[in-house]
Amino acid sequence: MKVQNNHAWWLVLPVFALVAFSAILPMMTVVNYSVQDIFDPTTRFFVGTDWYEKVLTDPRLHDSLLRQFIFSACVLAIEIPLGIAVALSMPTKGRWASLCLIVLAIPLLIPWNVVGTIWQIFGRGDIGLLGWALNALGFSYNYAADTLDAWVTVLVMDVWHWTSLVALLCYSGLRAIPDVYYQAARIDRASSWAVFRHIQLPKLKSVLLIAVMLRFMDSFMIYTEPFVLTGGGPGNATTFLSQTLTKMAVGQFDLGPAAAFSLIYFLIILLVSWLFYTAMTHGDQNR
Amino acid sequence: MAEIRLHRLAHSYSRTPRGAEDYAIRSMDHVWEQGGAYALLGPSGCGKSTLLNIISGLLSPSEGEVQFDGRAVNDLSPEQRNIAQVFQFPVVYDTMTVFDNLAFPLRNQGLPETKVTSKVREIAEVLELQPLLDKKARNLTADEKQKVSMGRGLVRDDVSAILFDEPLTVIDPHLKWKLRRKLKQIHEQFNITMVYVTHDQLEASTFADKIAVMYGGQIVQFGTPRELFERPRHTFVGFFIGSPGMNLVDVQPDGDAVRFGATRLPLPNGMAATLPALAGKRLQLGIRPEFVHVSDEPSAGAMPVEVVHAADLGTYKILTFRLDGTLFKARLSEEQRVPEQHAYVAFPSQWTLLYADDLLVEGHA
Repeated sequence: MKVQNNHAWWLVLPVFALVAFSAILPMMTVVNYSVQDIFDPTTRFFVGTDWYEKVLTDPRLHDSLLRQFIFSACVLAIEIPLGIAVALSMPTKGRWASLCLIVLAIPLLIPWNVVGTIWQIFGRGDIGLLGWALNALGFSYNYAADTLDAWVTVLVMDVWHWTSLVALLCYSGLRAIPDVYYQAARIDRASSWAVFRHIQLPKLKSVLLIAVMLRFMDSFMIYTEPFVLTGGGPGNATTFLSQTLTKMAVGQFDLGPAAAFSLIYFLIILLVSWLFYTAMTHGDQNR
Repeated sequence: MAEIRLHRLAHSYSRTPRGAEDYAIRSMDHVWEQGGAYALLGPSGCGKSTLLNIISGLLSPSEGEVQFDGRAVNDLSPEQRNIAQVFQFPVVYDTMTVFDNLAFPLRNQGLPETKVTSKVREIAEVLELQPLLDKKARNLTADEKQKVSMGRGLVRDDVSAILFDEPLTVIDPHLKWKLRRKLKQIHEQFNITMVYVTHDQLEASTFADKIAVMYGGQIVQFGTPRELFERPRHTFVGFFIGSPGMNLVDVQPDGDAVRFGATRLPLPNGMAATLPALAGKRLQLGIRPEFVHVSDEPSAGAMPVEVVHAADLGTYKILTFRLDGTLFKARLSEEQRVPEQHAYVAFPSQWTLLYADDLLVEGHA
């Protein structure tokens, strides 16, 4: 006879402990801060949802949230198509393929603050190659003073840093398509656009889902690069959500509102990621 | 619609082929006539698919020419050759409906939509795909997908030829027979050259008028199923076609007869004269199990043999017997009584074939 008991639950314990330490406990401390007003280690008041209300009506947060959405939208709109295009135009085998892969991987290996520093110097009008060259060509370019210049520089920097990731994901996705699909398409006299539209794109769907999610989450949390490059300026033009949050939490030491802000921030990312996921996998169920 | 001629065609996947073994296709000359239904039969890895891909233009041959109606098409792409090919595993365009899948090759040709619709409906009816036309292709079962794949090959009726690369591998057995009949009907209706690759002799002989048997990168025999059965021109054909395959035994020349062990077999008329010319070659005697004459009574010319095993396969029986240390098989009809332990066999001379280095020795009768 088989013995029925619940001993197997003990096996889940290590994972549970791990998740508790990695996610649940830190998050609960944040929840803890977000509902209290703390003056010193012995003086604290329970404030309920006050901090949430304060943060949600804060125009600074509204502004940086809007900037953040525009930034992430631009990042996705540029990096996803560009990454696909790069992957499509890469050689499929031989020495050149390996070389391309290495070249693509290089930006991904550079630490964030170094990327920021590189572009900070690169874009300077006096000693930077890009800034100097643009000015010499007659364009007035100054990312430290001009809002548009700052925006474009931050965007180009992110594209330079992360398009490789999309390209590498798509490249691996493309290599996984069996040759026979291309052969059948040639027999059917499909144009290269039709091959892309009806074979490559559908087969890339799962890697594109990963690419879109990763790029959305990362770009939505961007901090180091604009911080090093522009410091959030000029004015607040390139101050994104995480920088606003850091100012609040570390600069002003407003732990309560910052904690409430963090949780809202987290929920936004969760919600948008879920929306992307649902939208991109929904097509499979119909009919 | 075209006659397809292979002229000194050879192909190697290696860029610097050294010997014959580096070739997937060894130098071959062959003609597929316009309007024929052909099968290309051979074991896995014999170069069938390679040959098919060379004909369709997916692969460029290392040597020789592919000619359509006498015109070399080596430099033409599959699109320009206007050929249809159905692959072993189903290829469907996932995001399209079945209708759009079938319409795809026609639309790529720029056919007007009314013509597209009528062609698609026609082919869907033949393949019994009408109820699925509005369904997305990715939600189909494997054999439905393969029917769609075949449909895309059949929907264009102006093609030079349709090539099938083991198209029924993933199809249920009961559907296989039906689909083969369909293909045959379509062939009769449209009079398109069809080449059907398979490793299944039954599939080959039910589909094709003429079968090309491929072995080791070469077409070793091209003939009707009957010719392949009665006069295999290569030991491989004898062995591969038929169930069980031909009995083959190594023999030595002995005057005007051949011998193995202590058994001396007189050669059929005219063949003995060829023996001197075959000195130094490996000689084999071949006889189909169907043609071995078995009896449990001694008779003139019959040799006593030891019965090893008898298997009843329902509609016929396979008798395994030992003659001078060599095992042979004979096929007995259902009614025939199975001899026990001892039997007397005879090899009728018109069905006894001689092979030298695997090639049939034609008798000078």
